[in-house]
This record gives sequence, C-alpha cells and structure tokens, in this order.
Amino acid sequence: MESCNCIEPQWPPDDLLMKYQYISDFFIALAYFSIPLELIYFVKKSAVFPYRWVLVQFGAFIVLCGATHLINLWTFTVHSRTVASVMTTAKVLTAAVSCITALMLVHIIPDLLSVKTRELFLKNKAAELDREMGLIRTQEETGRHVRMLTHEIRSTLDRHTILKTTLVELGRTLALEECALWMPTRTGLELQLSYTLRQQNPVGYTVPIHHPVINQVFSSNRAVKISPNCPVARLRPAGKYMPGEVVAVRVPLLHLSNFHINDWPELSTKRYALMVLMLPSDSARQWHVHELELVEVVADQVAVALSHAAILEESMRARDLLMEQNVALDLARREAETAIRARNDFLAVMNHEMRTPMHAIIALSSLLQETELTPEQRLMVETILKSSNLLATLINDVLDLSRLEDGSLQLDLGTFNLYAVFREVLNLIKPIASVKKLHVSLTLAPDLPEYAIGDEKRLMQTILNIVGNAVKFSKEGSISITAFVAKLDTLRDSKAPEFLPVLSDNIFYLRVQVKDSGSGINPLDIPKLFTKFAQNQSTGTRNSGGSGLGLAICKRFVNLMEGHIWIESEGLGKGCTAILIVKLGMAERVNESKLPYMPKMPTNHGQTAFPGLKVLVMDENGVSRMVTKGLLLHLGCDVTMVGSSDECLRLVSHEHKVVFMDICVPGIDSYGITIRIHEKFTKRHERPLLVALTGNTDKVKKENCMRAGMDGLILKPVSLDKMRSVLTDLLEHRVFFEAI
Amino acid sequence: MDLVQLQRQFVDYRTSLYHEGFLDEQFTQLQELQDENNPDFVVEVVSLFFEDSERLLNELARALEQQSIDYKRIDAHVHQLKGSSSSIGAQRVQKVCIAFRNYCEEQNVEGCLNCLQQVRHEYSLVKTKLESLFQLEQQILTAGGSIPM
Repeated sequence: MESCNCIEPQWPPDDLLMKYQYISDFFIALAYFSIPLELIYFVKKSAVFPYRWVLVQFGAFIVLCGATHLINLWTFTVHSRTVASVMTTAKVLTAAVSCITALMLVHIIPDLLSVKTRELFLKNKAAELDREMGLIRTQEETGRHVRMLTHEIRSTLDRHTILKTTLVELGRTLALEECALWMPTRTGLELQLSYTLRQQNPVGYTVPIHHPVINQVFSSNRAVKISPNCPVARLRPAGKYMPGEVVAVRVPLLHLSNFHINDWPELSTKRYALMVLMLPSDSARQWHVHELELVEVVADQVAVALSHAAILEESMRARDLLMEQNVALDLARREAETAIRARNDFLAVMNHEMRTPMHAIIALSSLLQETELTPEQRLMVETILKSSNLLATLINDVLDLSRLEDGSLQLDLGTFNLYAVFREVLNLIKPIASVKKLHVSLTLAPDLPEYAIGDEKRLMQTILNIVGNAVKFSKEGSISITAFVAKLDTLRDSKAPEFLPVLSDNIFYLRVQVKDSGSGINPLDIPKLFTKFAQNQSTGTRNSGGSGLGLAICKRFVNLMEGHIWIESEGLGKGCTAILIVKLGMAERVNESKLPYMPKMPTNHGQTAFPGLKVLVMDENGVSRMVTKGLLLHLGCDVTMVGSSDECLRLVSHEHKVVFMDICVPGIDSYGITIRIHEKFTKRHERPLLVALTGNTDKVKKENCMRAGMDGLILKPVSLDKMRSVLTDLLEHRVFFEAI
Repeated sequence: MDLVQLQRQFVDYRTSLYHEGFLDEQFTQLQELQDENNPDFVVEVVSLFFEDSERLLNELARALEQQSIDYKRIDAHVHQLKGSSSSIGAQRVQKVCIAFRNYCEEQNVEGCLNCLQQVRHEYSLVKTKLESLFQLEQQILTAGGSIPM
C-alpha cells in the first residue's frame, strides 16, 4: 500500500481511534472546503482586492488539502487501487500547489506587510490634516472677527465710539469677562481708567505709569500675559473665584505733532494707552495664541482709528477757529470802513466848513489892511492876517496829510517844464533869502531833460518845502540847489535798503540836493524828522513857525512818486544836505501845441501864471477890450471877448472861470447880468467868478457890486502885475475887492 | 545914421513924450504886453484907437450940430473916448474927456463945443507923435537892432 501522510497504525486498527481520526478528517475537509468558499464570497463582495491570484492559489491549496483529507477517509479501510491512485494524485497536486503557494508567499507577504505600514502612515496623515484644518478654520474665524471689529471701529470717527466699540466687540468675540482701557493723563505720569466694558461710568481711577509690569507691556508690541494682581488688572471686586487670565497690550497714541510726513514718529516719544483683557474667572480657559494675535491686531487698528479721529478733531477745531476769526475780521473790517467813511465825511465837511470862514477872515482882513487904520489897528490886523494865514496853511496841511495817509491822494500826472519848476522855486525863495542875506544858487545838470512827466504841483511843493527849510534854518551862508539825473550806482547807494529803483526806457530818476550852511541837525534826530508833528526843538528855532508836518508830507509825496528822500548832516552847526530822488517820466521833445497848459506861450517868456485859464471879457469899448485881452493873453489865459450883455450871457459857460465886466458903461446893466448869471449857474463851483472893471472910484458902486453878487471889483487902469495879483487872489480866495 | 544913434534918438523921443504928458504908464504896460507871440500888439492897439477915436469925434461933431442936443448920447461917446484913451495911456486926451463929461452933465453947449475942439487938437497931436515913434521903431528894426525898453 502506498504510504499516506497519515501515521500508519502500528497496532491493529482501533475502532475508537479510527473513529476519531475519521471524524477529524471529515471536519478538516469540511473546513478546508468552506474556507475558500467564504473567501470567494467575501472577495466577490469587496470590489477592491488586488491579490486575487493569491487567493485562487490559496483556495486551490486548501481545496486540495481538503480533498486529500477527504480521500483519506477512504484509506482507513481496505481500499482499492483506484482510491489509492486518486489519493496519490490528490497528494501530488496538493504538494505542487502548496510548494507554488509557499514560493508565492515569499513575494506576497512583504507586500502585505507594507500595505499595513502604508495604512498606518495614511492614518497619521489624515489625523494631521484634520488638525491643520482645525487650525485654519480657527484662523479664518479669527480673521473674520478682526475684520468685523475693524469695520466697526473704523466706521466712526468719533474717539469715544471707537473705543467703546472696540471693547464691546472684543468682549463679544473673545467672551471676556472684563475689558478695560487705561489712557495716559495729560501730565504723562499716570494712567487713568477711561473705558470699561461692564461698568458704565468708570471712576477716575489712576495708576502711576512707571510700574514694571506696565513698562514690560509698553516695551513690546505683543500682547503680554500679566498677573491678575497687577494694579491695572484689579478691575473687578475681589470675588471668591479664581480670576481668569489677564492679558495686556499697548495701544500707540499718535499725536498730531508727532506725525510728520517724512519721518515716522520715534518710538521713544510715543505715548501709549493700555488695554487689559480678562477672561472669565474660573472658566479654566487659557489664552490661545490666535486670540493673542487677534488682540494685537485690534490694538493696532485702534491706534490707527484713534489717530484718524484725532486728525479729524484737529481739523474741525482749526476750521471752527478760522470761521470765528473770519467773522471777527469781517466785523473789524466793516468797523474800519465805517470809521474811515465817517472820517472822510467829517473831513469833507470840515474841509469846506473850515476853509469858508478862513477865507472870509483872510479876505476881509486883507481888505481891512487897505483901509485907513491907526498904527495899533494896523498891527492888530497884521497879526490877525498872519495868524489866519498860518491856520489856513495848517488846515491845508492836515487835510493833505490825511488824504495822503488814506492813500486816496493820487498824483496829477502831466507833462511840465522841469526847468521852470526850479526857476519858480528860486524866484519864490529869493526874496526871503535875500532878506536873510543868504546866497542861493541853482545848478541844473546839462543832461537834465527840459520836460518831464509827473505831478508838477506836488514836486514843486516838495522842493519848495525843502529849500524853505534850508533857508529857515540857516542864519547865514549859502544855499546850493543842484539837480541832475541819477545814475544807477548813485541810486543804489542811497541810504534806503528798501528803495529799489527800476530803470526802464522812458523814465528817469531826478536827484535834487539842497545843501545849506546852517545850523545842522544832530544825526540822532534825523530819523524823527520825517515823522508828523515832531519838530526839532533843540536849536531854539521854535518860533520859525510851521507845524512839523511839512517834511512828513514831502516824504509821502516822494513815496507816491516812487522815490526816496533823506537828510544828511554831520552834526550841529555843520549844515545839512537834503537829498531827494523821484521817478519822473521822460517826455518826448514835445511840440508846443501838445503841452496842455500853454496854448499860446511856448517858452517861458514872462511868467505865464495862469495857463489855460478860461476867461470871458465883456467890454463895449474896443480899445480897452483889446488892451484887457492883451493883458490876459500875456498871462496865459484863454480869452473870449464879447461886446454886449446878450453876447455875454450867450457865451458864458461853466468852463469860464472868470468873467470881467466893464460896468461903467452906461447902457449895460451889469447888475442884471450878474443876477442872470447867478440864476444860470446854481452850483457855486460851476459859476464863473464875476469881476467888475471900473474907472470910477465910487464906494456906492462897490457896495452895489457886492450886493448884486459880484465876486470882485478892480479899478482901471489895470497893470500887468496888478492883473496877475488880482487873478492869483481871485482864484485862491474867490473874492477880490479892490480898495477904493 | 547908425544903429546906436537911432536907438538913442528913439529913447530920447519916447522919454520926451512921457515928460510932456502925452503918454503915461499905461503905454508902458502896453509895451510890456508885446512879445514874440504878439509882435505888433502896440501898433495894433494904437491903430484901433485911431480908428475908434476918429469915428467918435465925427459922431460927437454931428451930435453937437443938432438942434436938440442929446446929451446922453454925447456923454456916452465921450465916455467911450475917455476909456479908449486911458487904455492906451493918451493922458492929455483923457483929461480933456473928463472935462468934456462935466460940461455934458451941466448941459453946457459952449463948454462941450470947446472941449470937442480941444479933444480934436490933443488927439491929432498924440497921433502925430505916436506915428513918428513907430517910424523910428521901424527904422531901428530894419537896421537890424532891437527896440530898447
């Protein structure tokens, strides 16, 4: 018999043992058959199983083993050769398959093991990813909280709202028990509890700023955990519970003054507020990192929002201040305008009111002078005249000066003869100078243009004033007047740093120097000279008269003419030099007809004292009419001749300044004409002055003239000088009655 | 005659006129009014005076020949003549006019006629004198000199 793998029984087959063997074999076969079935069933069930081939092999191996054991059942008893061969085949096959399987397993088992490792690895990875997901989610959550907080904070520019909102939102987001903000006081030495979350109105609780914990918090920009026993953290009444963890963070406060565009504020000059956050007590909660980060970010945002709020507050304050100032300025301006208007009105009224009586006084005093007077009376009248002349000059000066200060004075620019101005000044000053035995010399530079454009009257007034002063303050010696065109370098060295001459083609600078050998001036007094009403008292020339306004007015005129005036003196007793520089326009080589003021007299032959004065002469007598006309023409007037009263009334116009009427012609009713002319020109300044010419010396006639409304009366024959002085007087005083 | 002598003669003649009362300062004034612009002023005025006076004298003669003398008119004429003569400085004529006017007021025919004659006489005298003066002036000017003042 083929030997089977079973142990051959040495002793005769025991029935019991045989039975047990029989049964075991049966069950083994069963198991061996069912295991693959189970395997197949489950593999079929699961979709993924890479080792199907292994399973098949394994299944085959098991099936064959089962088959072997099953066939073994038949080998307990005597069995046929077929059974033996089947058994052998089964065993051979089993052997083959098991060897193959064993060989296969060598490859497969490491794989299987590594699957396990991979599985472990993947599990770990999955756990890690889970963790990370958790973190990201938390961070996102934090970010959302921060954004929301920031939005809340930044949605308002009001400082209080910002801070309150911060605390509320932080409290909500982090579920805090208490949140507080300590602001530095103005002195910077203490922190004051300004805002809290739970308590409505925090009491002004202060803490000195130089606490080690506080310094620690201020020195870093991170949120720092502090002890709940720190003075800043003692916000809640001491309870029975363990206080929660406390965190403090600094909040930089940017001051406007620290905030320069180009250099960021230095850390050392920063001021900080302190924000303290307290977790709920006995909650055993810990401060997580992300919560701390949240707190830091919020603190920064708060700082920015606060600085914005501060800037806004500042600008609002500045705007309010500006508005207030504007209102105040407006008011002041209106008040000033009212004051100026009032003053101008006053001046205008006073101008007229003051001048009228003055002229009456002067005119009548001069008339009085012509009558028969006793010597004492004459002296009195002279004094009256002198005083009233002085007063008139003073009034004029004051009015002029006030107009100058106002800036309302404007120069009357015109073309004039410069040489004539100097000659006129000389003529006017010569009498006085010769009385004082002073020698006056005038030198005009050859390159000085003859004609210039400027304000002739005021230039003459200025030069006359200076020359007059020179004469006034010199007891003996000589006065020299020189005039020349100032060159650029001489302009520059004039002692006025603010005098900046500008040269251009059609202007030139006239420089006039008046040197006298008189009493001189103390150099210390020189600055005071040009101030109003300050007169030099030291040299006892107090009774020279003048109110001290003259030089001030000159200076103003010179300034208007864009020039400069100053006085140099080496000291008392050494004389002084007055220098003035004014800007004048260059006149072209002017044609006689172009000169506005000299229609018929081109050169200065004889003094044309009344250039262009329009005059009407009414005289029936042809010869005397012609003579009068000649007289007036010679004086430069523009004469219209009429021979009858009708013609006179027809031709008289407001352009005529004076009307000369011959009243001693019978047949001409001069009084009638006078009345008619008065009717024709109602306004006083439009009406021409009416002057009667008569050959009669008749007091009655004179009274009649005055009563009829005539402004003057002169006796024929009229000499040239007489006519000149009559016209001068007439135009100045608007009245001239010759003494009869 | 040479220039200087002419000028001296002119000055002497003029001075004599003043001395004899034919002219007074008014005439000097007239001369002062003469300048480059009005070079013939004096001549013009004097010529006008001559014309005017001639006319007035004729009128006066005619008026005094009337049967009924209109003294007012005569007075007016004489007044005119007085005015003209005083304007140019014909002193003697002016004086006679004043007297004439008085007679007019008195309505004295005789006196008026007398005065008229006198006026005529004085007028012709002053006319001749002035004409010679102007001739001398002309001579000086043509000789190339200037009129001494």
